[in-house]
Amino acid sequence: MTGDTKGRYATGKPTSWLNRTYKHHLFWPMALWMALLLFNLFYSPSFFKVVVREGHLYGSLIDILNFGAPLMLVAIGMTTVIATRGIDLSVGSVVAIAGALACQMISKGSDQNAVSLVIYAVVMALVLSIALGLWNGLLVSITGIQPIIATLILMVAGRGIAQLITDGQIITVSSTPYQYIGAGSLAGLPFSIFLVAIVFAISALLTRRTALGLYIESVGCNPEASRLAGIRAKTVMIIVYMFCGLCAGVAGLILSGNVASADGNNAGLWIELDAILAVVIGGTSLTGGRFYLTGTIVGALMIQTLTTTIYSVGVKPEVTLVVKAVVVMAVCLIQSEPFRKAIISRWKTRRYPAEREVTRHA
Amino acid sequence: MLKRQHLPVAATIALFILMFMTGSFRYTGFFSAQVLFNLLIDNAFLLIVAIGMTFVIVSGGIDLSVGSMVALTTMLSAGLLQQGGWPAWAVIPFVLAVGALFGAAMGALIHYFKIQPFIVTLAGMFLARGLCYLISINTITIDNGFYTDMAQTKIRFGDYFVSPSVIIALVVLVLAIYIAHYTRFGRTTYAIGGSEQSALLMGLPVARTKIMVYMFSGFCSALGGVVFTFYMLSGYGLHAVGLELDAIAATVIGGTLLTGGVGYVFGTFAGVMIYGVIQTLIVFQGTLSSWWTRIIIGILLFAFIVLQRLFTMRSDRKTGSVEKMA
Amino acid sequence: MAQQTGAEPVLKLTNIHKGFPGVRALSGVDFRLFPGEVHALMGENGAGKSTLIKVLTGVYSIDEGTVEMEGKRLVVHSPQEAQGAGISTVYQEVNLCTNLSVAENIYIGREPRRFGRIQWKEMNRRAAQLLEERLHLRVDVTLPLSEYPVAIQQLVAIARAIDIKAKVLILDEPTSSLDRGEVARLFEVVRKLRGEGMAILFVTHFIDQVYEISDRITILRGGELIAEYKASELPRLELVSRMIGKELTMLDELPKTAGDSRMSDDHAAIVAASGLGRKGAIEPFNLSIGRGEVIGLAGLLGSGRTELARLLYGADRADQGKLHVEGAGKGGVHSPRGAIDAGLAFCPENRKTEGIIEDLTVRENIVVALQATRGWFKTISRKRQNEIAEKYIKTLNIHPPNPEQLVKNLSGGNQQKVILGRWLLTQPKLLILDEPTRGIDIGAKAEIQRLVMTLSREEGMSVLYVSSELEEVLRVSDRIAVLRDRVKVEEIGKEEMDEQRIMKAIAGGGGA
Repeated sequence: MTGDTKGRYATGKPTSWLNRTYKHHLFWPMALWMALLLFNLFYSPSFFKVVVREGHLYGSLIDILNFGAPLMLVAIGMTTVIATRGIDLSVGSVVAIAGALACQMISKGSDQNAVSLVIYAVVMALVLSIALGLWNGLLVSITGIQPIIATLILMVAGRGIAQLITDGQIITVSSTPYQYIGAGSLAGLPFSIFLVAIVFAISALLTRRTALGLYIESVGCNPEASRLAGIRAKTVMIIVYMFCGLCAGVAGLILSGNVASADGNNAGLWIELDAILAVVIGGTSLTGGRFYLTGTIVGALMIQTLTTTIYSVGVKPEVTLVVKAVVVMAVCLIQSEPFRKAIISRWKTRRYPAEREVTRHA
Repeated sequence: MLKRQHLPVAATIALFILMFMTGSFRYTGFFSAQVLFNLLIDNAFLLIVAIGMTFVIVSGGIDLSVGSMVALTTMLSAGLLQQGGWPAWAVIPFVLAVGALFGAAMGALIHYFKIQPFIVTLAGMFLARGLCYLISINTITIDNGFYTDMAQTKIRFGDYFVSPSVIIALVVLVLAIYIAHYTRFGRTTYAIGGSEQSALLMGLPVARTKIMVYMFSGFCSALGGVVFTFYMLSGYGLHAVGLELDAIAATVIGGTLLTGGVGYVFGTFAGVMIYGVIQTLIVFQGTLSSWWTRIIIGILLFAFIVLQRLFTMRSDRKTGSVEKMA
Repeated sequence: MAQQTGAEPVLKLTNIHKGFPGVRALSGVDFRLFPGEVHALMGENGAGKSTLIKVLTGVYSIDEGTVEMEGKRLVVHSPQEAQGAGISTVYQEVNLCTNLSVAENIYIGREPRRFGRIQWKEMNRRAAQLLEERLHLRVDVTLPLSEYPVAIQQLVAIARAIDIKAKVLILDEPTSSLDRGEVARLFEVVRKLRGEGMAILFVTHFIDQVYEISDRITILRGGELIAEYKASELPRLELVSRMIGKELTMLDELPKTAGDSRMSDDHAAIVAASGLGRKGAIEPFNLSIGRGEVIGLAGLLGSGRTELARLLYGADRADQGKLHVEGAGKGGVHSPRGAIDAGLAFCPENRKTEGIIEDLTVRENIVVALQATRGWFKTISRKRQNEIAEKYIKTLNIHPPNPEQLVKNLSGGNQQKVILGRWLLTQPKLLILDEPTRGIDIGAKAEIQRLVMTLSREEGMSVLYVSSELEEVLRVSDRIAVLRDRVKVEEIGKEEMDEQRIMKAIAGGGGA
């Protein structure tokens, strides 16, 4: 049997500049985002206005960065998990738990403004977040439970745990250093943006400068082949879930620092869904493999821009959900092979339905 | 005689009895038919939604849109009754049809375009919630006569009573058991959950059944929504937030395998009752707070999932050699 | 014994062609099946057996040719339509729903109903009766199928098939996971059905079973029809040689390995297995491999070749015996990672699912194993990676010569070379190659064989070479171990190596 077909190599040839841009993984997320920004440019020119007041920058764009920070963080963690063919539904709960623990510890302190206390509380909250990620990772890798089910457990129980920590109250703190995490500004920009930048830089360094990125993509793409090639797939999985927990923890601190309180019920509600959406828009496939951190960031920014835009247009903000639903379906349909095939050759798949099935399973 | 395949359900029922007895011994006034009936009254909508979820999970899928669908139903009902001036007899069939169509559309996307059920129903969840807010952001109170009657009517059994919603839920339960075990649709659902590939090769109508499963779940969510409307007498976009998790948890605790193919509608009933009894125990206990419900449900979920995993791993090993050869 | 020469075939296939992108799965195959006969379809991997069956059962369309059933042209588009036409199939991996009861598995989709209500009692009664009367099987039909061993599941599948009033019953490797007693029972049923006039197409790779049950044999090789024989007129040895075949090609340019002194005993064994085995995969075996030695593993599909290789590599856990690997710790080798650290390398048989990492580039696929042994932080610089990729693309002649090409876009032969490159980079002491030349073109095949010889001679690398092509094994090996029915039956040294001898060992039984 000769497996070679010359035509296949055509994809390897250098193509035109336009074609390459179009094929680049950032093309679609960027295009969508740009379209949104463009819309704003025409609809409300003040959207792009950035003013300096008391040394701080203000404006819609800054707001997008600031309010989008927790989503960007969670989405970065989610990207690495999805790249290993996993998913983490518990991030919203972890967000709530991290904020709850930090606020609880600070509120119990004698001097809420003491930097050492805040640092201690923050570190403990992050350690707990990582531990929760470890729990997810162990369930997925050791017991082999499907990720969506394994993380469902913490998703259900997590909000209960958060309320357990805060004793069902919304805990408010008056701690300047803690509030700085969510609402402070550095060099005129919101401090949260720097946190995002740091986490992004660390994750980019870890995945692109060490071999971890290769391991993750390899495991997500073909776990069995990766195992046979000597990669410790289970360790890789545990690490990404821990990292995802850490990211969610930082996001939780920003969210609760921003409002100087912890709400076990509502902090980080739906953030897991937005994060998954950001990852998918960013070009990372839900079936694992190649992942794009930059794409995820653009995806998260797009979602935040969408929310802000809807605000500024004057539509009820809750309608964002409808738009999101449409975007999710559109992105998934574009990724769906049967859908693409159905458009190209409808009649053929119809005639031999089982051939399609069997070749999929073969 | 108790067969092995009935063990998980039996375990759930035993767990329920155990919890109920514990409550009865510890707290005065716990052991009464009315406490039992109240479990039904307070959880009728959850039971109906969870029954729909059971079919979806048995078929090997998942439906995250149920909570939002309940909210949308309350909102649609309230909007049509209060603002549209529709009569109750027109509103109820209409919202049920909307639910069923909504489910069928999701099922079609899942089957024909091979998109994961999780994602499609997630989009459905967003969409249904969003549609609620398109109707109104605020609560709409319902003062329609039929609805208030349904909310207040007590169907008495001696000294005890249930609400009409309980009757609806129990009828759905009986019907669902019948559908699951005595109709081709039901059996095909189990077959698909066992192995979609085999079901296809055995010549079963896979496409139609999968779509109908999601349609049934959509219908159940809408009916659950109607019952929930009787219960709350209002429409609100934030009604039933997180209900999908409760429904999934009740189904799993009821012995349905999350990987599909195995499960009993009656088990789901027991799962819902356990859910209710935990809440009641916490109320009676007095010092424990309501969030313990979530934590305990989480622990139970964990225990049942791990047990299921052990169960399936064992049967994997049994047939493992076949797969190796394949 | 059964078919009357005058009778019309119930099923007649003429000049069937079927191609997939890049592969011709069937070219010009004719096939006949008579009522009241058991007809064995034989062939090694890639011979076209499964494609032929899928054509018959309406899973695949055909590009050319005709299928006739009882003289009439038959076109089926799905398994349902095939069943409707009277063709039922029992697949190798039992295609039933093990979560449903035995009775349901027989009747689902055709349950007895009254006013839409399934009559369980009636169904259970009928199922029990059917199993008892036609298959002599007495089981509780209300239990889930998963409660029963595969042998029973197989019989239930047959029950479902014959209850659909089938005229043709296709058994696709039904015995691959049955023990002797279970096979006997299955054959009893098959004989009974044959006596009732059913036409049975039997696909298997167990030679003994073919002679035990079949009346006629059709051999396919490389998608082409080799010939049709009466079972009684085809000696075992000839069957094996026809199946394995010989390719008169450029391979003959390669020198046969000369019996030199490479395996002299002053080289201690680098891998030694004693009594190593795994239940249901391979019976305990002894095998030692010296430095620079090429060991061939011969045997038919399903004889335990792959299973043996996987045990040595730690891909599967052995449940008995000892494996000594030079350089491994006291604990031995328990995982692929451990095996790699001890200097082993493994090219799996199933390239697509276990070999290549399809969405990664050629470069990444080559460096992945070396990088795995180095851990996270000792990364191979991008520059070095490029050099490595360029080097192996050049030495292994990988086409297209683009390190950034996604490996899934390469042809089978080039994918295989990429995996070879991956392992050569780790400089293993023992390279395990499981069907390295399967499904790849002649040119690439010769290159790979040449490479193996160079490696062992010039670099002292040991190679375990698994192949279903005898020619190939003979060409490269210093010593050949023969497997049959999951048992290592013989080890043949250089001196005694000849085709006849090995074929006899593979065929087993009385031989020719």
